[in-house]
Parts: sequence; structure tokens; C-alpha cells
Amino acid sequence: MKNSINNAFKVAKKENRTALISYTVCGDNTKDKSLQILNSISKDLDIAEWGIPHNCPTADGKDIQNSSYRALQNGIRLNDIFNLVKRFKRTKQSKPIILMGYYQMIFNYGEKKFIRKCKVSGVDGLIVVDLSFPDNKNFAKLCKKNSICFVQLIAPTTTMKRMKEIIKSSHEMIYMISTISTTGSKLKYSIKRIIKNYNIIKKIKPSKNVVIGFGITEKTISNLRSADGLVVGSAICREITRSLKHRQNPVTNVSKLVRKLKNKII
Amino acid sequence: MIKLKKKIPLIDQHNKFGFYGNKFGGNFCAETMRKPIEDLSKLFEKLRKDRKFLKKKDHYFKHYLGGETPFFKLENLTKHLGGAQIWCKDVSAINGDAHKAYHATVNALICKESGKRYIAGDTGAGMFGKNLAMAAKKMNLKCKIFMGTKDISRQAPNVKFMRDAGAEVVPVDSGSKTLVDAVSECMRHYVSNCDNTHLAVGSAIGCNIFLKICAWSTSQISRELKKQLIKEFGEIPKLKLINVIGGGSSALGFWNEFIDFDKKHVELIGVEAKYAAPLSTNARVAILHGAAQYCLTDKEGQIAETHSLSAGLDYPGSSPLHGLLKDSGRARYTNASDKEALAAFKLITKLEDIRPSLEPAHAWSECIRLAPKLKKSDVLVVNNCGKGYKDKKIYIEQLGYYPK
Ligand SMILES: Cc1ncc(COP(=O)(O)O)c(C=O)c1O
Repeated sequence: MKNSINNAFKVAKKENRTALISYTVCGDNTKDKSLQILNSISKDLDIAEWGIPHNCPTADGKDIQNSSYRALQNGIRLNDIFNLVKRFKRTKQSKPIILMGYYQMIFNYGEKKFIRKCKVSGVDGLIVVDLSFPDNKNFAKLCKKNSICFVQLIAPTTTMKRMKEIIKSSHEMIYMISTISTTGSKLKYSIKRIIKNYNIIKKIKPSKNVVIGFGITEKTISNLRSADGLVVGSAICREITRSLKHRQNPVTNVSKLVRKLKNKII
Repeated sequence: MIKLKKKIPLIDQHNKFGFYGNKFGGNFCAETMRKPIEDLSKLFEKLRKDRKFLKKKDHYFKHYLGGETPFFKLENLTKHLGGAQIWCKDVSAINGDAHKAYHATVNALICKESGKRYIAGDTGAGMFGKNLAMAAKKMNLKCKIFMGTKDISRQAPNVKFMRDAGAEVVPVDSGSKTLVDAVSECMRHYVSNCDNTHLAVGSAIGCNIFLKICAWSTSQISRELKKQLIKEFGEIPKLKLINVIGGGSSALGFWNEFIDFDKKHVELIGVEAKYAAPLSTNARVAILHGAAQYCLTDKEGQIAETHSLSAGLDYPGSSPLHGLLKDSGRARYTNASDKEALAAFKLITKLEDIRPSLEPAHAWSECIRLAPKLKKSDVLVVNNCGKGYKDKKIYIEQLGYYPK
């Protein structure tokens, strides 16, 4: 399915709502469970992000660290991730899936081989947390050549000059980090300030789909629903942790949470 | 093979993306950190040319850290081993007990200049943590030190120093509970607080600017040594400079002024801990803590666990600058086991008055291996970069005693 990410935003826009994007870690807590979770929540999602677990995640807070740790403990490997993406896409062909990870995992696998695998497995987009502009230029080009959307990030610390350059070199989706933080902390800025930052980006290039992420929860999601898309990650990972701790089924609990999130934005 | 450039400081031999030899280093960090590290780079480039700042730094080195550290011949050890002359650059005599004092002090000075009131650093052996805590106190900065819980317990004397100096010691209980996790957690703290906090990375690792600040600061060691050698020998004699490698900050400081010498004239030898030895065991290049470097990983690319009795060496990565020195053939790297380091400590302290910590004990081990194979005209200099008090308990556990 070509340009399924753009399409997902179009559908949401037509329904006059923000796109809902989940972030879970592939392999959390087992390979099959993580696929079951994604399959179950995908009906409420516009786009799914799957984290590639790494054991030195310098930009992640405690919740995603825990998820990655569980996945690694259960032996997840990159080839498993590609297989799981393939299995997901078999039944949810039109649901875009974005892999998110640290550059070390790609570097170790080999950039070209990694992208080839992404392409044949059905990966629609990539977010590489620690491969920022301008160091990502070549990699982004390689993605584009293979019809994979390379998602650039913009942070509250990003200068205007840099922001313009990033937007210029970006593909159809841009990820705006809500506050100065790792994943999973609380929103440190007021909603007003976050929306203001968002509007700055949109004004530079209205046609880009800009999503906001980091620290979005059930409580805050509805206040931000004017954005093109919203990413909820740590809150979901936290729910998996909680479910496992109480010996409950994470699949049903996470599905309930995502349903609630969806209800807050429609 | 990578070629080193002559007459350009090692730290400045990178391209515009922060890569050395197009292979090592770089800035693999979250977007949030880009602006803060760019600001820090600009500030550092300004300060290193600023007379007033340099004067202030020298003043601190002289009066706060105690000035030039001693250089002397170890007569007994030389006689005992019966080969090369063995000399000691006793950096452990510095106020602060290790080379970490230099870059802790410089980082605190830079933090002050940046106008930030908070400073955060990682530590393994506790030497950097302790020195950063003391420098922060001296300069009226609020200090947080990130340290693995395993290291908090095995380097307790240094933890006490940090707390007494008023620093907050943040225990890191994830992963292997050692330095690698402390650095990760400290970087996370910085990502979340980079608007008001200066990040002081404990070794010559991390994004480009952090390793530059570190190696620039420790290079004081080789500036002194060069003068001391000329005073002793009237010239720079045929030398071997032996230094332990954790992240590699002390070695870079010890070697900096000698990089341009031919390696037949001044040989550079780095000694890693046997089970934390990316440079001497042909590890692959990996990205860790913001930089490409030789690093121990598993097949999947996950960062490997390491094992060393020495908390300061228990780290899977290595400075990108050591990758450069290795690939250019300028330095060579070897390693020593816990057992060999302990045996070296035993011999050195029996014959001489110095009390090295576990880290430099690894360098002494290589010195002991090497000296008997060499001639009297060969000069071996070992950087005795840390004092042993912090490892007293470990030495007693392992050897049954700690010398007076
Ligand atoms: C005395 C001493 N030497 C060496 C090291 C290893 O670090 P580096 O290789 O950066 O000097 C440490 C680390 O804490 C140390 O305390």
C-alpha cells in the first residue's frame, strides 16, 4: 500500500479528528503477546509505532525502559521484529506501521540490509531517536528511495533556523516532542505552550502531518486534539507493566485503554 | 588505515559532523540535546582561546588542585625487574586523588561561564563524582552524581566524599548497575533538564563536545611530563608511556603532547581490564552514549556486560579518540586481568611508596611484564592516575591486607 501514512492522516482529517498513534515495544512482554496487543488495538488506531528494544536507551524514561527490558529478556531479535511486522501486515494491510529505535541497532544490522528488510516486511516509516539532522540526511534519502517515510523529530530546544531545515528535508510526517524530556515524564509545559510550538511548525509548512508525542496520557489527550496526530507510548507501556504485575491480561487492558483514548478525541 | 594529522591537537582532528577518521565519534543524540550541545561547543571554543578563562583555569589547577604532580624514578622496582628504567608520573598526588580532578574542575568552570546553576555527572569508581562534587561546592553549583548501585557499594569511600561535599548521589539500579548504566541515566537526566543543567561526562566519551572538553582538560598531565622529562634527561628520551584505559581520559591526557612523535621514539601503550577490553580484543564499532567507538556488543548489537574488579574500568565502550589512535597505529592496546592487577599492586607496594588504585594497577601490570624484556636505556613511564584508598576494602578482601 503506497503512502499509507499520508492516507491515514487523510482519513482522520476527513472524520475531523486527530490521528491516534500508539507506541508499544515489539516483543513486550513476549513476541506473540506484543502482536496480539497490536492486533487488538489497531481498530482504534490510525498508525502503529513499534519500538525496537535496545539495552542502552538514552532517551527513554522508566516505562519504555521496562518494556524494552521485558522484550529483551524474552529474546527478541531484529529478525523476529521483521517477521512480526509481516504477520501484522498480513491481516492489517492498510494500517501503517512505523518502527522506532536507536541507530546502533540499524548500524549493527547494516543500513541497506535493514531498509531492505523493512521494505519486504511492510514497514511504512522509521523513527531513529538518536540520528538527528543533519547527520540523518543520507539515511533519510535511502528511506525515501525505498518508499519508507523517515520521520524527523523537532524538540522545544530546536532553533527556528534548524526547524526550517528539518521541515524542508522531512517526509510526510514530523514528530514534535512536547516538552524537554525523555519519553514518559509528565507534560512539563502548559497545553497552550505546546500548541503554540505546534502552530509554529505547521505555519512553516502546513502540508506536513505533525504529530505530538511524549507525556500524553488519558488526562491530557483531549486538550491536544487539534494536532494532526497524537502519540501515546509510555502510558500504554505503563498499562502493560501494571497488568503483568496484577497477573491480568495486558491485551484486554491495553485495548480498553486505547479505546478510552480514542473516545477522548472523537 | 587512518592517518593522523600533524600539529593539530588530537581533539580537533574531526570533521564537521564530529567524526574522527570518518569513523569514530559523531553526535548520536536526541534532537532535544542538539541545541544545548551546540551552545556548549561554541562556548568551549570561545573559552579555550580566552586568556582570562585560561588564567582562571591555571589558577585553579595550581592553587585548588595543588599544581604540578611529581615525576620520579622507581629505583627499587627498576632494580627488581632488571630491564628498563621505570618512572612514575604520580597524578594521584593531585588534590582530588585522580586525573578526574582536571576535567571535573574545568567542567565546573564552564558551567559557571554558561550561567547554568546545576551540574550533573556520571561516575564509576567515584573519582569523577567526588571531584565534580568538590568543584561544584567550591563554585557554588548544585550537583547531581549518577552512580550504579553496584559501584555505590564497592566504592563507598568516594560516595561519602560526594555526599559530604553536598552533592546528591542518584543510585542507578538498571542493567548491570555499573558505569554504563550511570552514564545512560545521566544523559537521560540531561535530555530532561538541558535548559538549566550542564552535563559533565566522566570520561572522554559521549557526543563530540564532551570528549573534547575532557581530553583538553586532562592534557595538563602531558604538558607537565614533557617539561619534567626535559629537566631529567635534557631531551625527550626513547619512551614508552603506559596508561590504563577505562573510557580513556587519563591516557589521552598523558599522551596528548606526544602524539606527533614517531612511535619508535615515544610508544603509547594502553591497558584495559581483561573483560572490559574493546580496544585490545578487536571489538566492533558500535554506537554507545552518543558516539561511534570500539565497544563490546553481542551479535544483535546490544551492548555487552563487562566484568572488572575495578569500577572505573567496568565499561563496554572506549573513547572515539582511542579508536582513532588504534586505527592509525599510533597507540597499541593490551589488557590485564583482575589477578594480574592485584599481583602488580602487591609488588609495587612492597617495593615502593606509592599506593595505586585498581585502575592504574592494570597499567603497572603491563609495566612489570614489559620492563624485564627491555634495555637500561629504555624509559618506561607509568601514569599512576589514582590513589588506592577507595579500593582498600577490595584489596583486603583479595590480598588479605592493605599496606601502610
Ligand atoms: C584512577 C582512575 N583511573 C582510570 C580510570 C578510568 O577512566 P579513564 O580511562 O577515563 O581514565 C578511572 C575511572 O574512574 C579512575 O578513577
